[in-house]
Amino acid sequence: MSKPWRHGIRAGVAALGLLAGVAVAGYWVPLVKDNLHDPESPAIGVLQEPAEALSKLPPDPAGNQVDWIKAIEDGVIQPRTGLHSREPMRIRDDFILLENTGEMPMVRFPHRSHTLWLDCKNCHEKYFVSRAGANPINMYKILQGEYCGRCHGAVAFPLTECKRCHSVPRKKD
Amino acid sequence: MGRWSGIALAGLLLAGSAGAEYGDVVLNRRAESEGMPPVIFPHWFHRIRFRCKVCHLELGFEMRAGSNDVTMQDIIDGKFCGACHNDEIAWGTENCDLCHSGRPGLETGIRGGHATKGPGVW
Ligand code: HEC
Ligand code: HEC
Ligand code: HEC
Ligand code: HEC
Ligand code: HEC
Ligand code: HEC
Repeated sequence: MSKPWRHGIRAGVAALGLLAGVAVAGYWVPLVKDNLHDPESPAIGVLQEPAEALSKLPPDPAGNQVDWIKAIEDGVIQPRTGLHSREPMRIRDDFILLENTGEMPMVRFPHRSHTLWLDCKNCHEKYFVSRAGANPINMYKILQGEYCGRCHGAVAFPLTECKRCHSVPRKKD
Repeated sequence: MGRWSGIALAGLLLAGSAGAEYGDVVLNRRAESEGMPPVIFPHWFHRIRFRCKVCHLELGFEMRAGSNDVTMQDIIDGKFCGACHNDEIAWGTENCDLCHSGRPGLETGIRGGHATKGPGVW
């Protein structure tokens, strides 16, 4: 079997190297310079600056530059679980190994990290059938914003972080 | 098979430029056409205070920017943003400027930070 994507992966690693250079940890763009807020808006100066809140949370090299899992596990933040109720989250502790990754390391999906933030119904059966191996996931669909790419690359850590998902080395045979 | 890597890399590299905080959402389906600046919703600010599940399950926000048909009347009636921005859980709807804070001409959608611009762009 030919493996044209191999070049992509090498290039991907190179691109990541470049990005690592760009992504200086601990730099948040002020609201007036974010190309989103109107610098003339009366809200500037009233709204909180990202740097003010995010610099106090556990650091991370990508996305919001916050390790959101650590922040919640260590109790640095305690986001509410309901509008009015304080019901605990439904936590699931297992890991699922997703093996169809070509020569990339395999993907280890941690239920726990996700159920700290999300309910089962956020994913099942809407985005994922709850049976190991039952979902035809691939990287193309993820980059299109399907499956894991629904959240990763949008709100959860970005897709440039290959190794955080592809974390289980493949045995050479 | 090889196709996605090229697309991906183009996307990832382009995404290097700085801009909005990661996960910010622009809501501008009708605000600007009805004379108000676009709305900016900051995920980072809200996720410090609420689990994703509160908005995306309890309040029924679909996880696709632009797909929720949010009107100002809904909000005043206590739906969507108005489930919280009601002078109880958070400040109320009289603070127009705090939500309608966007530059003119912004398109509805998810925005990325310094590392990616989100799937909408790819
Ligand atoms: C689950 C509850 C909840 C929902 C839903 C919600 N918000 Fe908020 N929001 C809050 C709380 C709490 C605050 C902080 C209020 C305070 O500081 O008094 C806040 C603050 C904000 C701020 C100010 C952030 C800053 O920098 O101070 C903006 C802007 C905002 N919300 C916009 C929105 C918009 C737009 C929507 C709907 C698309 C929305 N919110 C939906 C709870 C919510
Ligand atoms: C972020 C999305 C997400 C959330 C939230 C989530 N799951 Fe899953 N779940 C998955 C994925 C991905 C798989 C693996 C599917 C595959 O292998 O194709 C899975 C698999 C499963 C399976 C099959 C396991 C097996 O070994 O066959 C069960 C059962 C399951 N989930 C139950 C739950 C329950 C119960 C909750 C809530 C406590 C939950 N899930 C929350 C994404 C999620
Ligand atoms: C959010 C998690 C996540 C991230 C980040 C991620 N991947 Fe994947 N990747 C997956 C999943 C899940 C699969 C499918 C595994 C399965 O179905 O068994 C996959 C599959 C693949 C495959 C197999 C071929 C294909 O097209 O599906 C390759 C190659 C791959 N990823 C490369 C990469 C590279 C390179 C990066 C970084 C630029 C990356 N991935 C980032 C989760 C991720
Ligand atoms: C519904 C949204 C959603 C989906 C779908 C989703 N994730 Fe996540 N994921 C999150 C959130 C939120 C976090 C917390 C970290 C963050 O926000 O950056 C997270 C964190 C992770 C982590 C880091 C765990 C840790 O303990 O540090 C991994 C690995 C991961 N996701 C892999 C995946 C893979 C693989 C898939 C697809 C099979 C997937 N995710 C699908 C929302 C999602
Ligand atoms: C206070 C409410 C609130 C909270 C909390 C919240 N979101 Fe959202 N989310 C929204 C709103 C509002 C939108 C935009 C909806 C629209 O444009 O129609 C959105 C959009 C999204 C989208 C779509 C992005 C795209 O690419 O189109 C994703 C994915 C998402 N949220 C994931 C999450 C995750 C993961 C969490 C928890 C870490 C979270 N959200 C927490 C309100 C919230
Ligand atoms: C909590 C955040 C929030 C506050 C406060 C707020 N709005 Fe809105 N407003 C929205 C959102 C979200 C939309 C939908 C944006 C879109 O997609 O066009 C909207 C839409 C609108 C629209 C478009 C037409 C319609 O009916 O939907 C008008 C006009 C408007 N708002 C006026 C106002 C005025 C005037 C105030 C102050 C009295 C105000 N808004 C306060 C969030 C807010």
